[in-house]
Amino acid sequence: MSKHTVSIDINGTTVTKEVDSRMLLVHFIREELQMTGTHIGCDTSSCGACTILMNGRSVKSCTLYTVQANGKSVKTIEGMEEGGALHPLQEGFHEEHGLQCGFCTPGMIMRAAELLEKNPNPSEEEIRWGISGNLCRCTGYVNIVKAIQYAAEKMQKEAA
Amino acid sequence: MIPPSFEYLTPSNISDAVALLQKHGDEAKILAGGHSLIPAMRLRLAEPGYLIDISGIGGLDYIQEESGQLRIGAMTCEAALEESEIVQSKYPLLLDTAKMIADPSVRNMATVGGNLAHGDPANDHPATMLALRASVVAEGPNGTREIKIDDFFPDFFTTALAEDEILTEIRIPSPPSASGGAYLKIERKVGDYAAAAVACQLNIDSSGSIENIGLGLTNVGSTPIRASSAEELLKGKKPDENMLAEAGRLAAADSEPMEDLRGSAEYKRALVNELTQRAIKLSLQRAEGSR
Repeated sequence: MSKHTVSIDINGTTVTKEVDSRMLLVHFIREELQMTGTHIGCDTSSCGACTILMNGRSVKSCTLYTVQANGKSVKTIEGMEEGGALHPLQEGFHEEHGLQCGFCTPGMIMRAAELLEKNPNPSEEEIRWGISGNLCRCTGYVNIVKAIQYAAEKMQKEAA
Repeated sequence: MIPPSFEYLTPSNISDAVALLQKHGDEAKILAGGHSLIPAMRLRLAEPGYLIDISGIGGLDYIQEESGQLRIGAMTCEAALEESEIVQSKYPLLLDTAKMIADPSVRNMATVGGNLAHGDPANDHPATMLALRASVVAEGPNGTREIKIDDFFPDFFTTALAEDEILTEIRIPSPPSASGGAYLKIERKVGDYAAAAVACQLNIDSSGSIENIGLGLTNVGSTPIRASSAEELLKGKKPDENMLAEAGRLAAADSEPMEDLRGSAEYKRALVNELTQRAIKLSLQRAEGSR
């Protein structure tokens, strides 16, 4: 068993731990850090429930070894609110009923965060392609798209 | 699914990585983005004892045009192709392909080099690189060598890379003026492999006749396939509907699909036929548009 010490910035705090080389990042986040907002869905990089940001880019944490994140910065759903206020995306999912069971929601929000970072005013089609690697089995996506549009609008107003 | 145990190695340059390959032989695998290898390890389809992570090696992530070539560093991720201004303005076939690979989050990790070096005939870049008549650069203990893409996929999940060689760069001839390309893929859903896909790259002369054309087929054989009979038919011609239909038939005849969950062999041949015609038409339109 190969052990490695990793240092990873998680939501602004640097965590240093010894891990097995084969430990997947999603297991590190959920089991070592006890941050269970990041979900395991299909476990095969298809569904996107485990989506997090690594160095600002959305990635599927079920298909990364923890050692690959060494020295990088990771953001999970737990890092989205600021000073007790919901992120506009979290608020959008609440206001527009963008979830039913909520299992896909953290991954959807993390994916949408990168989408809006790169494209602050996406069309509906761009949103749908943008979240095409994140599956929702409840909503039919209509309210998820609305939730992301809500956030885009709010973030643009805030930036103005 | 927890993957099997392995030793994780992080060389800081290519020669160290090559030395590790020499030391560990077929026990070792190169880890790039990992989005083919890690799923394979989780399913125990691959059980390497040593993973050599080359993501810490600098200078393998670039897209630049020089000396009449587009050079892509092997560690360039698919998302970087999508975002590249050079690719957007001059390489529509590459742009189409990058957008059809897996999904946006996977494209943030998956690399162009990995897509080729994995040797999977279902991957999308092999057919694209056939159409573009690309070559790849391999670095081993005796230095580098350039391998033509037609020689790179000798067999199913097999590449021309020696056990101690690493793919470091992809070289694509810069297209002449009045060039166009397209990648058309039928997939059951985002993230699936192609039921069939066709890559086309061509350029036309002042009269609109095709000067050169490359056609590559994805996931319809044990290797990526060059549709050479259709290429020969179209070279020097200004195709009408009948000739396009004949090109589609020839490409379908060059394909060797197997029946699977994505459809029967007959269905996939029909897809190759139709997609070939559509990809040529779209490429011709784009070539006219780029005059």
